[in-house]
Formats: sequence, C-alpha cells, structure tokens
Amino acid sequence: MSKSAGFMRALKCRECGREYPLEATHVCEFDFGPLEVAYDYDKIKKSMKKAALARRPQTMWRFRELLPVANEPTVGTRVGYTPLIKADRLAKWLGVREAWVKNDAVNYPTLSFKDRVVSVALSRAKELGFETVACASTGNLANSVAANAAAAGLDSFVFIPADLEEGKILNSLIYGARVVGIRGHYDEVNRLCAEIAGKYGWAFVNVNMRPYYAEGSKSMAYEIAEQLDWKLPQHTVVPMASGSLLTKIHKGYQELIKLGLAKDSKPAVHGAQATGCSPISAAYKQGMDFFKPVKPATIAKSLAIGTPADGFYALKVMKETGGAADDVTDDEIREAMSALAECEGIFTETAGGVTVGTAKKLVASGRIPAEDSVVLCVTGNGLKTLDAVQRHVGKPAEIKPSLREFEQLIEKDSKVKSK
Amino acid sequence: MAVTVRIPTPLRKLTNEQETVEVESVTIGAAIDELEGKFPGIKERLVGEDGEVRRFVNVYVNEEDIRFLENRATPLKDGDDVSIIPAIAGG
Repeated sequence: MSKSAGFMRALKCRECGREYPLEATHVCEFDFGPLEVAYDYDKIKKSMKKAALARRPQTMWRFRELLPVANEPTVGTRVGYTPLIKADRLAKWLGVREAWVKNDAVNYPTLSFKDRVVSVALSRAKELGFETVACASTGNLANSVAANAAAAGLDSFVFIPADLEEGKILNSLIYGARVVGIRGHYDEVNRLCAEIAGKYGWAFVNVNMRPYYAEGSKSMAYEIAEQLDWKLPQHTVVPMASGSLLTKIHKGYQELIKLGLAKDSKPAVHGAQATGCSPISAAYKQGMDFFKPVKPATIAKSLAIGTPADGFYALKVMKETGGAADDVTDDEIREAMSALAECEGIFTETAGGVTVGTAKKLVASGRIPAEDSVVLCVTGNGLKTLDAVQRHVGKPAEIKPSLREFEQLIEKDSKVKSK
Repeated sequence: MAVTVRIPTPLRKLTNEQETVEVESVTIGAAIDELEGKFPGIKERLVGEDGEVRRFVNVYVNEEDIRFLENRATPLKDGDDVSIIPAIAGG
C-alpha cells in the first residue's frame, strides 16, 4: 500500500515520530504511543481557500481536505454544521460578557458530536475494505456507529457498559446493531474491546481506526471559527472523557492558523469534567502532567472514563494555551442543564451540564475573565439521558377540563403575566 | 506456578506471533524481566527510561489495572491472567 493517500501523508507516532502506512492501526509498535494522521499541508493550502469554502455544502465535509479520507466521503455525508448560538441570557447566568453555544445536541443523524468522528471512521473503514464495524462506547458513540453503519449497509457490533441509560441502549438497538452489554464500567469495556479487536478483523472505530476517527472532532473547531467569521474564540470550554475532543479542537484551531485561514489570537482551551470522574481535572489542579486513573461514579455517564487515553495531551494543551480544568458535582450538572434549557431553550445531556457548569466555575474563579467571550461545546442531547433529571424537574400540574380549576391553579402562581 | 500473559498485536512480532505466553514470576516487574529473557527487546517497549511502565501501556492482572494495585510490585500467583493493552480513545 502506498504511504500517502489524498491529502494524508502517513500515520505518525505522537511520541517518537516514527511513520506508518495509512492502514487500520493505532499504536506505535515501538513505544505504544498513539498514531496520528500527518497531512500534506502545502497541498491542502492550495485547495482550501476561503472563497471556495463559502460555496461548499453546509456539512462538516466542507473541510474535507483536513479530514482523513483518501477520496470523497461515503458515510455520514450530511453530518455537522450545527448551529453556533449567541447565548446572551446564558452569558448573564455565567457572569461573562459574551457566550456562544456550539450546539451538537442537534447533530445529524444521532444528536451528538459523535456523528462527526463516526462518519470519518466509517468512510475510511469502507476505503480500507472493511464490512463490519464496531466500537466500545459510553452510549453516544454506540448510537452513531449503529445508525451510520445501518445507512451505509455495514454490519455493526457495539459494546457498552450494561448499566447505561435506557435511552442510549434503545437508540443503538433500533438500527439493528448487535449490542453487547458488559457488566463493568467503560474502562473495562475498553480493555475487552482492545482484546477483541486483536482477535477479530473488524474496524473498531476507537481502537484500530482511532487515528482517523479522532480527527473527525476537528471539524467542530473549523465550524466554530467559520461561524465566528474566521475569528478564533478567546475561550472554548470542552467536556473531557478521554480528552480527545479537547486536543482535536486545539489542533483544529492551530491548523486554521497554519493555513492562513485564521489569525493566531491565542485561543485558550479549557477542560470540563464531572467531579465523580475527574482524573484530568484533578491532575490539572495538582499541577501534575499526568493523571491518576479513577473508578467513575457520576451521572455524566458519557464522560465516565477513568483511564483517559488522551489525558496527558489534554493537560499539555491546557497548559500551552492558558486554559484551565475544573469539575462539577452531580447537582451542579443538573443545575447547569436546567440553566441552559431555561436561558437558551437547549436541552443537553449530562455532559453538556458538565460543560456549562464548569464554565460558570471558571468565570467565578477568574480563569475566564468576566469581560471576555467564551464558546461552550455542547456535545449531546438531553432526550438521551432523561433518567438523570427525571425526579428533579417537577411534575406537570393536573386538573379536570374545567376553567374554574384552571383559574384556581394560576391564582397561586405569582409568575403569571396578564399578557 | 504459571501465569498467562496476553500479548497485544503490536508486540507479537517479538513473540513469534504468539498471542499468549506463560511466565513463572511472582511480581509484574519480574514478569517483564522474564519476558525480556525469552523475547529480547520486549522490555524496552513496555518500560520507559525512568524504569516505569510507559504511560501509554496499561497492564492488568485479572482485569484490574496495576495502577490500582501495586504497580510493578503487584504480586502474581498461579493461574493469574495478565493483559497488556494500549490506551484507547473515548466513546
């Protein structure tokens, strides 16, 4: 197989720089360092001009040169270009001058940012000749693999912790995926999948396809920049599970600078975790450059990774960009979910609550100055984690179909306005 | 006394494509040395210059991460399963 393909040059070890062919492989044979796609940026620069970009369809694939497929994508061609909302009411709640919400809760087709990474991984898997795709997942990835594989006519296996939210389980089964619940937490699912991937010749999107898969996250950064008229945000707050999304958003911004599409305004990237699973945030607070693995206990199950593969690089990015990490408790997560819903009409899942709640903490502690502007990455949809808020949002009032009963009801409600 | 070590794909070139290897050591640290005796070059892949297990290598004894146990001093007994697994991206 030739080493380069399309705009990709090779796979390259992040630790030692050794290069490998563009196959389904994810680990350096020498030091186990993660492999990353290296690109031919001179070639990309010639093909990616602002004027040409403006004419392309509004999907994440408008940045196709920076996404690791050799030819035109074949899976998830409609993914991305989610709204970037100016969130004035939420900015007040956060205590900051300006806030924006990048709303991947309405990403197509499965309502989370995972559609970005999966469309890249599956397009590349088809290029490499795979017929079966698989993943280890905390839920959103499973949904996206199941749906996109179904639409592409691929067989799929998804491996999840057996105690996942019911919505996320049903959202995988409906597409006809083979769903395997593992009695254990995500890190145990991950370990098993690494062993299964070594034995079965499938395309595991976050194991042997990881170098391609992870690059899909960069599209969120490109879209944010273009939607802000090619200005990079002063601050971006990103939820951290493995830490991969945070490192790829940073990489996306840096690539736009390298290609001359955006000015280097020193964008800070901040990381958000749930206190019940906060190995990266804890390491940041202790000034360590490596994390200590933990056993997760949080309602933010989509972020419950106790051994974050990219934790080391996430810490490095925050340090280099002047970003910070913080974490929020389960109650703070629910409070932030309600705040986003009540201020902006956006119902996010628990991970979004982690991002919004952590942003508030970072503003309060001065890590994000009150006079600055911040972009919040909301990565998933609240309809998938109803269990997390079920007993915390009250119940509807119930009355007979009678005007008198209704009048009695609103007499007690001081918030009712006359028009 | 026999402990089964599962060899991950990236290291199987060193083990003549063997997926599992039996060792007799009583700690993880000693087991890595024993592997080095059998398959020269393997230790360098697993252990960094500082003598610690490399940060992108996860070692498990009977499904438990050695970082929750006693790291390289983690004891091994007859019938234990050791897995060596590269770190994986999120999901």
